[in-house]
Amino acid sequence: MKTLSLKTQVDFRLISGRFNDLIIRQKISNTFLLFLFCRMFAQAQNFYATSNGETTFFSETPVEDITAVNKMGQAILNIVTNDIVVQMNMKQFDFPNKLMQEHFNENYIESDKYPKSVFKGKINEKIDFTKNGTYDVSATGDFSLHGVTKARTLKGKLEIKDKAFTFTTDLEVALSDHKIDVPQLVFVKVAQIIKVKNRYTLTPYIAKK
Amino acid sequence: MKFIAPISSLLIMVCSAAVVAQDDLTKMLEQNETKVINYTAATFKGTRIINGHSVETVKAKHMDFLIQHRFGPLNDIDNFFGLDIATLRLGFEFGLTDRLMMGIGRTNVQKAVDLFAKYRLFRQSSGAANMPVSVTLFGSLVTKTLKEGTTAVAFQDKLTYCTQVLIARKFSEKFSLQVTPTLLYRNRPEAKGDDRVLFAVGVGGRYKLTKRLSVNADYYWAARDNNAVLSDRFNSPVSYNNALALGVDIETGGHVFQMHFTNALGMNEKQFVGETVGSWGRGDVRYGFNISRTFSFDKRAKSMIK
Repeated sequence: MKTLSLKTQVDFRLISGRFNDLIIRQKISNTFLLFLFCRMFAQAQNFYATSNGETTFFSETPVEDITAVNKMGQAILNIVTNDIVVQMNMKQFDFPNKLMQEHFNENYIESDKYPKSVFKGKINEKIDFTKNGTYDVSATGDFSLHGVTKARTLKGKLEIKDKAFTFTTDLEVALSDHKIDVPQLVFVKVAQIIKVKNRYTLTPYIAKK
Repeated sequence: MKFIAPISSLLIMVCSAAVVAQDDLTKMLEQNETKVINYTAATFKGTRIINGHSVETVKAKHMDFLIQHRFGPLNDIDNFFGLDIATLRLGFEFGLTDRLMMGIGRTNVQKAVDLFAKYRLFRQSSGAANMPVSVTLFGSLVTKTLKEGTTAVAFQDKLTYCTQVLIARKFSEKFSLQVTPTLLYRNRPEAKGDDRVLFAVGVGGRYKLTKRLSVNADYYWAARDNNAVLSDRFNSPVSYNNALALGVDIETGGHVFQMHFTNALGMNEKQFVGETVGSWGRGDVRYGFNISRTFSFDKRAKSMIK
């Protein structure tokens, strides 16, 4: 066994000169890979996201107040480019009255046809995301609901606290803007303008496998 | 091999250096989205197709108040096409969980009281879990409280049991179909010569014409082989028919309003499956309606509105 291992060593010395070139190349490519990993890691830190943002809406009329909450709202922000995307599944709106929930999905929002509501936009202000504090922010982009997309500017507040960004925004959605029909018989019970409140806390994005 | 590593790493670098637009952000979000089971909602608008139950149940902390009416036969012109005669069932139906409901009802037909429970065994779904049909189990107990002459009838002889397996599929947004194997057990059948056990199969469906209006049909075929020899308490011959109902569902916010024509008078399984005397052929068809109003007792409603 000893003689065999010695022989292998000698053989390696003999041939190593020929492969020096290859070893250097291998090292170069390794540095490339290392650099790439660093880059990917650094880039991941540009993204902040959440999968449990809260969106609540209110329809207030003298006859009836209706409200529902979605606690599975998703949002993602690129702090370098200021791009932001918020989306939610309409079926995940939870109503205290399940009959209303059924009608909301079946007749008003038509969740099977238009399952998601999405906002794709950009934050207008230059914000130093490393500094804690509360800022007034606005985002301009496309808001789509019930298959109708409208350009909107949303205003709200951003609270930065140790790499957690909490966005709060109130907006109003007019049913007629998004072609959501309310039948004459229930006209008085559903407000024509729905108030929507959002609260999303974004933390560094970690991709699920 | 020696070239692949550097080339591929370069390629990935170039790609990652490209501007990550909002579409890529959306993809990143979708990657992190938790897969949810997408349960099919509203296979039928209400807990009844017309006469018979549907796979739907009243949800937890909700109550349905159900008013059902059947008028006299349309061919009874003296009674203004039957409208002078009204039979009624009032029902209070509660959702104990999102899958289990219980209800109690009383009808002036035979002064019968019915008590039932309904459990959603399977719910049609797609997404994280696939289930092609909804299956609901149904059990009821009907007792007739009408006194018949002077003969005393023991309480257990007034009882009828009913079991059903409701199997339904919402084929599309518009079309839903249900098949309902049914078993009735009468401790003392209404007609002399009738069997205690009656097997029946119900078929019901709906087709939505608009978002809030649908056309419904409901048919119960009963396996009777001794219809010809049946007679009532006064020994006059009786023959029973299968119950067929045709109608529309109109949904108006918290109400579901069902209007229909049917040959059945009774509004519980004992009566419309087992004891339908009217015949479509002779014009013994009645106008009827079901109105249900849903109430929510979910306390969150108050705390959520501020």
